[in-house]
Amino acid sequence: MILDSKIPEGPLAEKWTKHKFNVKLVNPANKRKYDVIVVGTGLAGASAAASLAELGYNVKAFCFQDSPRRAHSIAAQGGINAAKNYQNDGDSVYRLFYDTVKGGDYRAREANVYRLAEVSVKIIDQCVAQGVPFAREYGGLLANRSFGGAQVSRTFYARGQTGQQLLLGAYSALSRQVANGKVKLYPRTEMMDVVTIDGKARGIITRNLITGAIESHSAHAVLLCTGGYGNVFFLSTNAMGSNVTAAWRAHKKGALMANPCFTQIHPTCIPVSGDHQSKLTLMSESLRNDGRVWVPATQETAEKLRKGQIKANDIKEEDRDYFLERKYPSFGNLVPRDVASRNAKYVCDEGRGVNETGEAVFLDFRDAIKRDGKDIISAKYGNLFDMYQQITGENPYEMPMMIYPAVHYTMGGLWVDYNLMTNVPGLYALGEANFSDHGANRLGASALMQGLADGYFVIPYTIGDYLAQNPAGKIGTDHPEFQKAEKEIKDRIQKLLSIKGQKTIDHFHKRLGKIMWDYCGMARTEEGLKKAKAMIKELKAEFWSNVNVLGDNEELNQSLEKAHRVADFIELGELMVDDALNRNESCGGHFREEYQTPEGEALRDDENFAYVAAWKYLGEGQEEELVKEPLIFENVKLTQRSYK
Amino acid sequence: MNLTLKIWRQKNNSDKGGFKDYKLGGISKDMSFLEMLDVLNEELSAKGEDPVHFDHDCREGICGMCSLYINGKPHGPQQTTTCQLHMRSFSDGETITIEPWRAKAFPVLKDLVTDRSAFDRIIQAGGYVSVNTGGVPDANEIPIPKTIADMAMDAAQCIGCGACVAACKNASAMLFTSAKVSQLALLPQGQVERKTRAEKMVAQMDAEGFGACTNTGACEAECPKGISITNIARMNREYFSAVVSSQNV
Amino acid sequence: MSWVSKTLSSTLGRKLLMALTGLFLILFLVVHLIGNLQLLLPDNGESFNLYADSMAHNPLIRVVSIGNFAFILLHVIYSIILSKHNKNSRPVDYAVSKASTSSTWSSRNMGILGTVILIFLLVHLKGFYYEIKFGEMPMVDYEGVTYKNVFAIVAAAYSNVLYVVFYVIAMGFLGFHLSHGFSSAFQTLGLNHVKYSPLIQKVGFGFAIVVPALFALIPIMMYIQSL
Repeated sequence: MILDSKIPEGPLAEKWTKHKFNVKLVNPANKRKYDVIVVGTGLAGASAAASLAELGYNVKAFCFQDSPRRAHSIAAQGGINAAKNYQNDGDSVYRLFYDTVKGGDYRAREANVYRLAEVSVKIIDQCVAQGVPFAREYGGLLANRSFGGAQVSRTFYARGQTGQQLLLGAYSALSRQVANGKVKLYPRTEMMDVVTIDGKARGIITRNLITGAIESHSAHAVLLCTGGYGNVFFLSTNAMGSNVTAAWRAHKKGALMANPCFTQIHPTCIPVSGDHQSKLTLMSESLRNDGRVWVPATQETAEKLRKGQIKANDIKEEDRDYFLERKYPSFGNLVPRDVASRNAKYVCDEGRGVNETGEAVFLDFRDAIKRDGKDIISAKYGNLFDMYQQITGENPYEMPMMIYPAVHYTMGGLWVDYNLMTNVPGLYALGEANFSDHGANRLGASALMQGLADGYFVIPYTIGDYLAQNPAGKIGTDHPEFQKAEKEIKDRIQKLLSIKGQKTIDHFHKRLGKIMWDYCGMARTEEGLKKAKAMIKELKAEFWSNVNVLGDNEELNQSLEKAHRVADFIELGELMVDDALNRNESCGGHFREEYQTPEGEALRDDENFAYVAAWKYLGEGQEEELVKEPLIFENVKLTQRSYK
Repeated sequence: MNLTLKIWRQKNNSDKGGFKDYKLGGISKDMSFLEMLDVLNEELSAKGEDPVHFDHDCREGICGMCSLYINGKPHGPQQTTTCQLHMRSFSDGETITIEPWRAKAFPVLKDLVTDRSAFDRIIQAGGYVSVNTGGVPDANEIPIPKTIADMAMDAAQCIGCGACVAACKNASAMLFTSAKVSQLALLPQGQVERKTRAEKMVAQMDAEGFGACTNTGACEAECPKGISITNIARMNREYFSAVVSSQNV
Repeated sequence: MSWVSKTLSSTLGRKLLMALTGLFLILFLVVHLIGNLQLLLPDNGESFNLYADSMAHNPLIRVVSIGNFAFILLHVIYSIILSKHNKNSRPVDYAVSKASTSSTWSSRNMGILGTVILIFLLVHLKGFYYEIKFGEMPMVDYEGVTYKNVFAIVAAAYSNVLYVVFYVIAMGFLGFHLSHGFSSAFQTLGLNHVKYSPLIQKVGFGFAIVVPALFALIPIMMYIQSL
């Protein structure tokens, strides 16, 4: 199998412009004859659904939440990047492109990333026009901040709630199209399967989460905007409902899953407090702009601290190790996420971690408060400090915060070409659900950018190219493929409900999460991964023989919802392990302990691994087939990332 | 901590429903309220009993999905979302009563889960600026005074959880509706459709069966995001000036 | 439906009517109080009787008084409509409610307060307004002109301790009603501003104490005088 990424010819900066001219167009009068299904209503889904409806397509939008406004994009805090160069500090489309490719440790496609940087400027214009209340300077123009290791201030933000405001902007555009009758909304509806007819995606099967009804929906194209799969780790900063089911079902229907092991571990999360923990809470990375990360210089001091014999503020300056500032003098606390996370893990592994668990480091605002005053710090981070205090019961104005890395984002996802189409014709993946733009590590404030770029400015062009080559007119749901898929789903539900085993669903999810975190988390080894694979296989067998799913299908049944999702997470977990085992190098969020520089930095192997690892599902119980898409770098020189 | 939970159980929308008592032990003060319910649900599931259904998603206080009426207050004793409420706000041996949001416009679907799609329909009635994707001016061509942008942001922070409706003695959606009307009335982008927006959103709010506003201020006091009732006054202004001057007869 | 009736049947339109009629009635209270305070002048009712006579014969006042009755009626009717609507908006009530932590008692019980005030009003109108207009009135002469001796009726009524107690209690209810109603009317009209709202709050609070207190003072003083 050969993957065609359909990257346009020509110089990097002209590819998208040329491509937009070369794609086929659907006649305005014909657009109303095409139906498009959009699954997920986060930034990518809502923006795509609204934009396609504005063009005249008939859109059906699905989400499992009770309202499109609740998609987890809403929780993004820090901001959104755009190469506006409003600050006159040397930013440009090329610099954003370069930073993103470099930040992704050279495992992303140049052409996609360049396009992302190019359309980033239009996103800000669009959002402002919708009424998104971005932060402003006193002169009335937009404010920017530097974010997540960037050397320029290109991040636009709305207090600590940028994701919320951008999502509500996209949601408002979507709502307008609902009112216009161009979008039909299906909240509390979960996608259960993709239906392909003659190799093309022609619709989906859904379950109405209130009534349990299994329904078929047909369309000329299906867009999966279903986010990432971080919840495979059980504990992550994702929402409780975030899941891989839509993407995984697409994968099992033929769509390739690319780089599934590329997971981002975010350095600034509130540490785990106990076994009851249901999710982790992220605090914006912007905190690292003013907060200083440290641990006690010696194990002994750390020990005393953990036992509660001394307090953080008792520790003298010379007994503190500001390890990021020490190791990376030029970037200091602002090194990229993967570097910051890994170093936190190292110092904790050395026994210098804080908190009762020993799995936390300090993020200290003492010096910033001394320098700028409490009011300025409060104006910048007040809501984050409040949130921290709410959760931990400690006051970060007086005591240093404690943070620890947590799973946050998945760079991997469904393989897509330059048009965002998977290898299944008519099936697209947008936003975090695809793999395309962030390589092995995503820069801060780039997820919002990518979600909206895909939805507002890429898919409206590229979908036309496919639709124009496919006849318009109604597609019925009476095709045998729909009935077959419906039956498969009903059988699966029956099977889950009839196991009636001894263990709860969360029991399996927690076990899976622990396996993934221990062996496929921040640091991975061949030995550990092999062990993990065996454990997951075992877990899967046990799940399907001993899980207890309560209730019936014909009702609101959160156990059943969860069971479907966990079953898919288990299968995904195994593939992630396969992918991590295959990639005998360290890059970005994927750190194989066998492959590191003498200083302990990630050691890439560009000769053998400068490719996208796309995996093809071959059938139940069979090993997946690896399909490689070589990554060709014509514009940037591959270097060892250095933040020293 | 040991607790007695008095939880509203209702099989579906047509079921009458009623309270059921549960004893729960071994609860840590560091748990969030929803994690405490997770523990209960794990126990119930292990016993083969149907777990208590409640809405929740992000557990970060921003998605607005969690929605419990705890001990007589929406989102419980703190002015925060239920997911950010921690058990340290309760004491050992306490009885905690948990009810769903109560409003005609928010019918109960199961246990503590309600249907809040009425809020979506209010936004669909006009809570947007009608601009298509593309073809908009450069972002900095619309200068907005910082104070105005900040006020708009104050209103825009609404998470649509419905605590205002739950808190209001009339189950009124004025705070929710006015937050969106205000945000867009304050910003230059919202001026073009200002009048029609106020008229349509108020009409939809009424059509959904929400109550009227008695200005008790309970909504503001219980709003986890601190949305102010000055927004309600602004919406009233917007509405009254719209009905007397708009072209919509 | 025309835009007018559409507006007036919306919740906001109804609240607008409540606010406007309420504010008018607040204004009426002031005028009424100023007139009534003359009852306390030590002239055996002369200025009060003259004032009552001028009120009865001033065509403008007669128009306003019809308006006043209409506004009271509107205020009552719309409060009933709104209360009914509000009750319907929450068909199932909470088992446990701690509403007192987030709002004042009066703001939540304007209907109860209003009902008591309405009962008072009916008694009040029957005892004075109806008697003066249609009853058999004692007469009094001032400088050769004969006037209705309204003062005598009032003085007689206020020598009855039960009547005085009823009157004073009713004024208490009025005070609570005003304590929310005054500033609430401004909020409904959209008059909420960071600079002026604190002032409106304070004035409203003062008004809710001073006006009913002065109204209550009249029967108390007259009762004491009657002893």
